[in-house]
Amino acid sequence: MHIDKDLVAASATPLVLGILAEGQSYGYAIAKRVADLSGGRMSWTDGMLYPLLHRLERHGLVEASWGRSESGRRRKHYALTPAGHEALAERRRQWDVVAETLGEVWRTLSDGAAGAAAPRPAAGPATAGGTA
Amino acid sequence: MSGTDALEVQVDRWRDYVRRHRAVAPDDVDEMTDHLRERIDDLRAAGLDDDEAFLVAVKRMGRLDAVSAEFARAHSERLWKQLVLLPDSPAPDADPARRELAVVVGCAVGAGLAVKAGSTFLDETALLLNLGLLVAPFVAAYLGWKRRLAGRTVAALLAGAVVLGVVLNTYPFDPAGSTLLLAALHAPVVLWAFVGVAYTGGRWRSPDRRMDFVRFTGELAVYYVLLALGGGVLVGLTAGLFSLTGLDLEPAMEQWILPLCVPGAFLVAAWLVEAKQEVVENIAPVLTRVFTPLTTLMLLACLVVLATAGDLTTVDRELLILMDGVLLLVLALVLYSVSARDPLRRPGLFDGLQLGLVVVALTVDAVALTAMLTRIAEFGASPNKVAALGLNLLLAVHLARSAWLLLGLLRHRRAFGDLERWQTAYLPVYAAWAAFVVVAFGPSFVFA
Repeated sequence: MHIDKDLVAASATPLVLGILAEGQSYGYAIAKRVADLSGGRMSWTDGMLYPLLHRLERHGLVEASWGRSESGRRRKHYALTPAGHEALAERRRQWDVVAETLGEVWRTLSDGAAGAAAPRPAAGPATAGGTA
Repeated sequence: MSGTDALEVQVDRWRDYVRRHRAVAPDDVDEMTDHLRERIDDLRAAGLDDDEAFLVAVKRMGRLDAVSAEFARAHSERLWKQLVLLPDSPAPDADPARRELAVVVGCAVGAGLAVKAGSTFLDETALLLNLGLLVAPFVAAYLGWKRRLAGRTVAALLAGAVVLGVVLNTYPFDPAGSTLLLAALHAPVVLWAFVGVAYTGGRWRSPDRRMDFVRFTGELAVYYVLLALGGGVLVGLTAGLFSLTGLDLEPAMEQWILPLCVPGAFLVAAWLVEAKQEVVENIAPVLTRVFTPLTTLMLLACLVVLATAGDLTTVDRELLILMDGVLLLVLALVLYSVSARDPLRRPGLFDGLQLGLVVVALTVDAVALTAMLTRIAEFGASPNKVAALGLNLLLAVHLARSAWLLLGLLRHRRAFGDLERWQTAYLPVYAAWAAFVVVAFGPSFVFA
């Protein structure tokens, strides 16, 4: 399924922080976890994950350490820092508001479509407002 | 197992290809290769053969140009160059390079002729006040041309330069007064801020672009000194040879060579920094490595001398100005090591050294200021003292917060990004202060 790239970019940080909140992990595992969680409907351009991880590291939200994979390859592991936990909680509050608001909109739309006195035929959800 | 060998060859070739992107560090290549191999293993486990698995895995990695550009955005210190600043040029050919050289030569000649005209038609004080205004527009013009500045930005810069020019030339400065000298000293700082706006292509609010301008400034200074040394040798040899034949080079030197070449070399240095960044890219930061411990030692010695000197009430404002110099030097050391530090590196010895340097510098400053406190009160508010004290205060705030952030970094309480952002966020304060000195000091001190 194609998801608009702005939406992917906006959700990437909370997704990565959320996955790392489950425990330390590394790039490929994070990408796979996103695919699993979304039932395969959401997948990133794999390469783009790394600049994002490095940006989070630079801002002190995650901490990285080099280790080895089972087959002996160098592998960089990432773990959430306290600042990362804070940022995640903050993002979560923001996304909750967005999700609740959208939920309300979807609900009124379906109510309106079901109701007999709908002022207009169900309008498509194509016009997106600005996101914070 | 020739199939697996072929796969290894393909993976290696991919690695080499990724490595060629300069924004991607060797560690990142390892990290991404690990990812690629994991993906290939999973795809093979799902039944794809080696070739298919490799192709799908590479495809999923994304367009490397885009990934590399993203890396460059996340790590602007790795290449503060064309990739970040300029839109991808469709095809690199020789023509733009030649056009750029023509623009540089044009601007250099323009700056040289402007200074020559200034030295011919203006008296000494007017020339002193306007020197920056004669050169800076040409530097800004070259950089603005290169960054394809928007018309609105060009108009704003021009308006700023005109206001500065009007202020400098219509204020009735007393030729023997100190507000004249202060205005002449601070105008170039304002102009350099304008050059910075041109350098960043109008995106001067971006912290990364600002840091790029800091790097540019450092390398420009290094190049300029090198060019000046080379030019000095050349002129010296020429003068020596000429004198053997009884020809005196000095009139030509004063009349033409200096007014034309000194500003011209500035443009050439700017062009060299733009064109050949990689060669001495790290000179300014390397110098900070050498001078950070040395400066700390020097300041410790100063601290001892100041603390044991006893009565400092007789020293004049010179101590104040020297303290400004010391803080400026320390600030430059901090700024240039921040500009080149790998943000992902663990805080280490050098960060500790730097914190020590800043703390010692602030202590020396505090001791000097305290010792002079009574004197400063007695001085009354002469323009020189207010200017020196103001700058001292600005520098002390900048360094104190840097020290605090460095301490946080060393204690793993803060990320390096905070320190970096603080450096670039504070820079406009200096331009604002310089503008304030130029515009407000004259009227406030009746142009004395």
